[in-house]
Amino acid sequence: MTDILQLLVYGLVLGSVLTMGAIGVSMIFGILRFAHFAHGDFMTLGAYLGLTFISAFGLSAWWALPAAMVGMAVVAVFIDQVLYRRIRRTQPVILLIASFGMALILRSLVQLIWGSDNQSYATGIQFPWRLDWLGGIRLKPDHLWIVLISLGLVMAVHLFLTRTRLGKAMRAMSDNMDLALVSGIPAERVIMVTWVIGGALAAAAGVFLGIDTRLHPVMGWSALLPVFAATILGGIGRPYGAIAGGMIIGVSMEMSTLIIPAAYKPAVAFAIMVGMLILRPQGIFKGTV
Amino acid sequence: MELTGIASYLVSFLTFAGVYAVLALGLNMQWGFTGQFNIGIAGFFAVGAYTSAILTTPGSPAYLGGFGLPFLVGLGGAVIASTIIGVIIGLITARLRTDYLAIASIGIAEMIRLFIKNEDWLSNGVRGIAGIPRPLQGTPLDTPLGYLLVVVVFVVGVYFLVERAYASPWGRVLRAIRENEPATAAAGKDIANFRLQAFVLGSAIMGLGGGLYAHFFGFLSPEAFRPLYGTFIVWVMLIAGGSGNNRGAILGAVVVWGIWSVTELFTDMLPAEHATQGAALRVLLIGVLLQVILVLRPQGLLPEKPPRLIARQRRSR
Repeated sequence: MTDILQLLVYGLVLGSVLTMGAIGVSMIFGILRFAHFAHGDFMTLGAYLGLTFISAFGLSAWWALPAAMVGMAVVAVFIDQVLYRRIRRTQPVILLIASFGMALILRSLVQLIWGSDNQSYATGIQFPWRLDWLGGIRLKPDHLWIVLISLGLVMAVHLFLTRTRLGKAMRAMSDNMDLALVSGIPAERVIMVTWVIGGALAAAAGVFLGIDTRLHPVMGWSALLPVFAATILGGIGRPYGAIAGGMIIGVSMEMSTLIIPAAYKPAVAFAIMVGMLILRPQGIFKGTV
Repeated sequence: MELTGIASYLVSFLTFAGVYAVLALGLNMQWGFTGQFNIGIAGFFAVGAYTSAILTTPGSPAYLGGFGLPFLVGLGGAVIASTIIGVIIGLITARLRTDYLAIASIGIAEMIRLFIKNEDWLSNGVRGIAGIPRPLQGTPLDTPLGYLLVVVVFVVGVYFLVERAYASPWGRVLRAIRENEPATAAAGKDIANFRLQAFVLGSAIMGLGGGLYAHFFGFLSPEAFRPLYGTFIVWVMLIAGGSGNNRGAILGAVVVWGIWSVTELFTDMLPAEHATQGAALRVLLIGVLLQVILVLRPQGLLPEKPPRLIARQRRSR
């Protein structure tokens, strides 16, 4: 029982990371109609930006988080303006290829700048709290913060999408592109905001992953498949679905270590995704097929 | 001495370019003809390579194998194995948007790599399989030039096959699906079925490419099937050469493999402590090359030229 509770905690932490990535993928798909394959490497770059802020200004990982998010939002908008915007007028699938190339460009840049060795934000071991009232499971303060901050960011995205004009415009574009455009929604502005949010949340996912484990140039690429699985599970183009998808995938991946070797964790995400594609490709929350 | 060195380098260069040309032709069937976005090439490549290696190696207690079957049987096994994987992926994704195929295919490629890496009994894990027999062993053609000849025969064979498919009514339906799916459906074509056929045929060709690779390289390890080497470079080849054009696919394979090899000559000159940086720089270069082509010349070096309609040719005579 304690084992299961403990894995549930790890699952919620992983789920928070995946949710941060999946919301971005889902929004980008809703607005721009393509699966953004560089999103995993956005996460990697965000994590390494955090590392730079930590070592350059002596910040703690938690203070480097907003800095990395701002930095990654700028990078995302820059990449969109320089590359994606130029090929947006062609078919969306060309954007898919371009984003796949961008993934490798970003990864090799990370390798060039920061090297390919494992790195971590802080040395030393953090002592977990022992929760006796919960069967003696161990909870690291870091893990608690990751889940709480994710929750806060999800709330912020929710408020943005429901309470602001731009957020409503974004939902309108995602629901019906043509209708939104003829009603005079500033498409370029909405697209830019999509990249700001997508990039910032990807950086958050990357920094969380860096705090939880360690930094490596392929850390984001390895997380990409579970992120996509979470996106499909929640329904592509549905940011709220991404939250449910992220949590389900994260918890299932951690729980699976009870029965199968840990090396096959990504396979669990993949199996859930394939099952979903067969049974209900539109996802739990009925996304765009 | 210098000259023979260059000649033997060229022979091995062309051999590998030929293997990649087979992969690019397989991708052209899926993406160039039908518009299916498969970025799991590395998976089909790996399945083909490992199947052929396991069927033909003399055997070792460390992993499955020891069948010692002939080269052509190994290649046949490679094609069958990748066909099976292709059918499974195709059945799942043929009805869906191509973005789903993209995600599912990269998933299956990663799963295959994970499986090969972790299941030592099958593939010897990260230690890899060595001593895969060369194709023409025991004949006077057991030389690098002989291998090149074998690869050229396969490239030419696959080329004629896909070129014939492209010009046939079947290929016309594939192009119609790519250009306008609703109109093709309205014309009464079973889109999911045609997609599945094209996808499986392309996957089978990729498996063949994998089998060829195993026999010419002689050693396999999971590292060779990372998305970069297996998948990305084949995409750059097809896009650079001209997707939809089979000659373009072959030209792209030679040109991009040429760029990739030349950059290797430069990074080899770097001191050893910068070796990983050099490798990253090469990937960066290929990635930027792809983006430049997409922005400036999306049709590639040899743009697609659809065959003229036969009826109109007759009338003009």
